Amino acid sequence: MAQEPLIELEDVSFKYDRNWVVENVNMTINEGQFVGLVGPNGSGKSTLIKLMLGLEKPVRGHIRLFGKEVKKFNRWQEVGFVSQKANSFNSGFPATVYEVVRSGLVSRMNMFQLFNHNHKNKVLETLREVEMEEYARHSIGELSGGQQQRVFIARALVSDPSLIILDEPTVGVDSEHVTAFYDLLAKLNRERNLTLLMVSHDIGTITSHATHVACMNKTVHFHGSTEDYENMDDETLSLMYGHSLQQLTHNHEGSSL
Amino acid sequence: MIEAIVEYEFLQNAVITGLLIGLVAPLLGVFIVVRRLSLIADALSHITLTGIAASLLIEKRVSAVDDWNPMYMGMAFSVLGAVFIEKLRKVYKHYEELAIPIMLSGGIGLGVILISLADGFNTDLFSYLFGSVTAVSRGNMWTVAVITTLVVIIVLMFYKELFVLSFDEDHASIAGVNARFVHFLFIVMVALVIASAMQVVGILLVSALMTLPVASALRMSVSFRQTIGLSVLFGEISVVIGLISAYQLDVPPGGTIVMAAVVLLMISMLYKKFRSGLFEKGEKV
Repeated sequence: MAQEPLIELEDVSFKYDRNWVVENVNMTINEGQFVGLVGPNGSGKSTLIKLMLGLEKPVRGHIRLFGKEVKKFNRWQEVGFVSQKANSFNSGFPATVYEVVRSGLVSRMNMFQLFNHNHKNKVLETLREVEMEEYARHSIGELSGGQQQRVFIARALVSDPSLIILDEPTVGVDSEHVTAFYDLLAKLNRERNLTLLMVSHDIGTITSHATHVACMNKTVHFHGSTEDYENMDDETLSLMYGHSLQQLTHNHEGSSL
Repeated sequence: MIEAIVEYEFLQNAVITGLLIGLVAPLLGVFIVVRRLSLIADALSHITLTGIAASLLIEKRVSAVDDWNPMYMGMAFSVLGAVFIEKLRKVYKHYEELAIPIMLSGGIGLGVILISLADGFNTDLFSYLFGSVTAVSRGNMWTVAVITTLVVIIVLMFYKELFVLSFDEDHASIAGVNARFVHFLFIVMVALVIASAMQVVGILLVSALMTLPVASALRMSVSFRQTIGLSVLFGEISVVIGLISAYQLDVPPGGTIVMAAVVLLMISMLYKKFRSGLFEKGEKV
């Protein structure tokens, strides 16, 4: 079966006021891939995600989701999103894990539709998948950072999407839980054939789990399989990154130990 | 008091209107509090006062208008104020909270001028500011009943959208929720409920009935549904205790209702302290 391109970026550029933060990005992400989008701080990774999700509009270029222009795209139930924990919600919000995950079903439901028994089963089943079922009745604010991110994965998963986009989801998660979090993502990628696009600055961990890597600094300098990325020599890397080479290659070597 | 309620229509009106408001004000209050919009309720209540003042002035100056019910003008101003706040919030994108002092002081400023022109600093005004057990007419009561029914139905129908919008706006927009429409609907409901609540609680204390029961509920609840349930329960308890004591003591119900809500808040804070105290002891053993 031919792989369907889920995200297509064609000469995408974007600026805030006068600063170009994304320049001429071309990239295609196919069904079944687990793509790590890496790059230094301020390289436009998060902005690129916002563009893909339609939260910002590109100044130039085209973005297509599932073959359709983002502007006209309406199958949002196919797309899940997990953001950085720190700025995604008010941790004093009075809601249970169950209620938060259930809110992920909104994209699948009609305007006046009420929640029913099938929705309940779906939520519990998804919580089981991320191993958080026993916390269903707990308040979201009382969980640890790693547990909260599992809940947000469940919220993204509950509408049975084909694609999940994650923006540095491990920021604020204890390092010991980060690996388990990546393992969960890799499992979902394998078992559900779920396409994942994950922004990260932790190159070491992402290359050991992702199938593909895209390196970005305003524009995408490299996009290919993880093996190709790891076989690249330092010279090519330095051409891609310029000044930020040192820190990145350091992490890169660290990961292969 | 029960006999008095059976006997006097004005008391029936006040009690029924009070109970309706005790349901609907905290219901919207939960969304107001979690979205950190508490001050919007204050701004809108002050604009409602401007509407009342305008109504008093027209009633006084235009002889054709007699015995006009100021509640409707208050509602119109409140809804227009809500629309205007939304506009201001868009104009001052990076200073969204600026909309609130602008509307609040503008509303009071215009209100004071209009009231003075109408020679309106009298008992009537007092009852609009602090509520009244005697001023609610049967017509007002029915209007509040209609508004309450509409608000409850709309909140039920848009529950999931309102929840998503309150919890995580980015997610709401990705999930395809029409955030602007739902927010507009919400703010108009708030404006209507504020104008409805005014007669029983008074303009200066309306926002307290929207926020204090929620503040108490937040101390005790785990889920969002529970927060709504407890908020409404505390709202109703405050209204009942407040109306009874206002009638017995012959004071404006706004004061007694809000003080009842304050006492409930203190109890809920003690409850939380007592419970966490118990837990700590339990863990040590």
